[in-house]
Amino acid sequence: MGISLSKLTEKTNIWPWLLLAPLGIYMLIFFVVPLAEVAIMSFTEPKVSLANYQKVLTGALYQRVFLNTFVTAAFVTLCCLLVGYPLAYLMAHSKPRTAMLILLLVTMSFWTSFLVRTYSWMVLLGNNGPLIALLQMIGVDKPPQLLFTRFSSTLAMVHILAPYMIMNIYSVMKKIDPALIRSAESLGAKGWSLFRHVYLPLTAPGIANGSVLVFVICLGFYVTPVLLGSPREQMVAGLIGHQIEEFLAFGLGSAMAMILLVVTLIILTIYHRRFGLDKLWG
Amino acid sequence: MTNYLQLSNITKTYGHFTALDDVSLSVEKGEFVTFLGPSGSGKTTTLMIIAGFEKASGGKVEVGGQSISELAPHERNIGIVFQNYALFPHKTAVENVYFPLQMRGVSRSQGLRQAEDMLSLVGLKGFGHRHPKELSGGQQQRVALARALVFEPSLLLLDEPLGALDKNLREQMQIEIKRIQRSLGVTTIFVTHDQSEAMSMSDRIVVFEKGRIEQVAAPLDIYHRPQTSFVAAFIGESNLIPAIITSGAVRTAENPTLGAFQYAGEDALADGQKVTLLIRPEHIKLSRNPIEGRKNARMIVETIVNYGDNALVIGRAGDIPMRVRVLGADVVIIREGEECCISWAPDAVFVITK
Repeated sequence: MGISLSKLTEKTNIWPWLLLAPLGIYMLIFFVVPLAEVAIMSFTEPKVSLANYQKVLTGALYQRVFLNTFVTAAFVTLCCLLVGYPLAYLMAHSKPRTAMLILLLVTMSFWTSFLVRTYSWMVLLGNNGPLIALLQMIGVDKPPQLLFTRFSSTLAMVHILAPYMIMNIYSVMKKIDPALIRSAESLGAKGWSLFRHVYLPLTAPGIANGSVLVFVICLGFYVTPVLLGSPREQMVAGLIGHQIEEFLAFGLGSAMAMILLVVTLIILTIYHRRFGLDKLWG
Repeated sequence: MTNYLQLSNITKTYGHFTALDDVSLSVEKGEFVTFLGPSGSGKTTTLMIIAGFEKASGGKVEVGGQSISELAPHERNIGIVFQNYALFPHKTAVENVYFPLQMRGVSRSQGLRQAEDMLSLVGLKGFGHRHPKELSGGQQQRVALARALVFEPSLLLLDEPLGALDKNLREQMQIEIKRIQRSLGVTTIFVTHDQSEAMSMSDRIVVFEKGRIEQVAAPLDIYHRPQTSFVAAFIGESNLIPAIITSGAVRTAENPTLGAFQYAGEDALADGQKVTLLIRPEHIKLSRNPIEGRKNARMIVETIVNYGDNALVIGRAGDIPMRVRVLGADVVIIREGEECCISWAPDAVFVITK
């Protein structure tokens, strides 16, 4: 009886799968197949071997670029956290008008194309830009190079990725039961000890979500570092583009892409074990 | 009589809305006082003012002769159990209980030991390592209680703590809270809208209505001698009959439908004064024929609600709705739609002048 019933429900439940089919087929053709092709190329271009991986994992240049990518991603994540946490706090706990205003600014920045935001930074930081002009006006004779440096690319990446951090932390802060804070106060906590022992741990899931998201996006970030960064301090995505566009080294580029993919999957797996991936988007 | 907690002329206004209007109250050390009232009556606002989460618009709060009106919540040394317990989800039970000690600079080893002792007192020995989500509602309640008591607070405030529990557990926790409160002798304010909870637990009940205190008295006094019709109607079931005093000297009043009444208590009411007469449903007797020596009236039975051991008979004496509580065995003598006789003794009638 039980078996036949479950079979029946299985049969009648074909509709959800049918509805899912168009998306599934789309993903198969435009995501899974190309990805598989990249994976195959990494082992077969120019000939079947592990040479591409060997080169990437042992070559000094590639090691430096990977290391630089991770350090940059970690640093950008940290900056996003330092900027985002206080902002999220203001959004979650200000008077409604102030909170709305900050929320509006953050989401407007979030919805603006990141290409546009990247070009805006080029204008702002460029040699003929307002920032340099300001520095000259206050008497800095030889203003430092701002554009095409580690500074400019990091600044722009923090700006572009901070909303992910802010929205994640904000959604957790907003859900904190005010009674928990009141109860902590009634038990004798205030100021720093209240923050350290109660508020910070309660917002930790938001910090974890936001950090993983920012870090993972940053690992594969292409446009901003390529357009704003120093050519001497490339990140992996830029190097992959370089290899394929200029040297037509499809195998090497694919191997780097696969390594980046595996690293990202490892990070997400660890995160999933600890918190659950479904919570990543707040 | 030593006043331990003293509220003097507390008012609280939000714009044009007056949430609390001149609330004054004295509570003795070790007393268990319940704030009872419908939602929006001001009982929780008063509690929040004592705790320091709301600032009174006027008036003074004193504990042990010291004004605490200007102190921040963390300086007041008051233990609070919130409606949803407000346990810290990232801390284990014992860490939750240790928290107030930690904030007071007690070392970890000593603090955790004290916290474990407190958990044993509330009946949770061996549950210390669990996180709140691994505990049942009743167990969370006990942890919250232990946390609010472990630092020897000057007051214990309970904000509708039993609301989320099912009936059996609620009764069990009522007894448990009372036991713990007695053994520690901590002065306690308990907020509830559940009158049976207030009745069973309190030394005294404070009835709130529309931002004012209606009456402060021991549970049985509140039940038998309510000072206002609101209290009479809010506490227990009641028959409230409008009447006019015909003779204060011999204690008689008259209702146009039911005729002349004898009443008890309350001396020397002026003749012609408008009053409300309270008769509790369990003091009315149901019979086929009038009973000698009692006030008798005819009632049409409309509904009979059976509870097994007793039954509530709802009917009408003329235009006056009446409720009669009878023993289950007695209910067999009448049917819905029939007319019967109801009667009561003079001392079952209590006069309410407000």
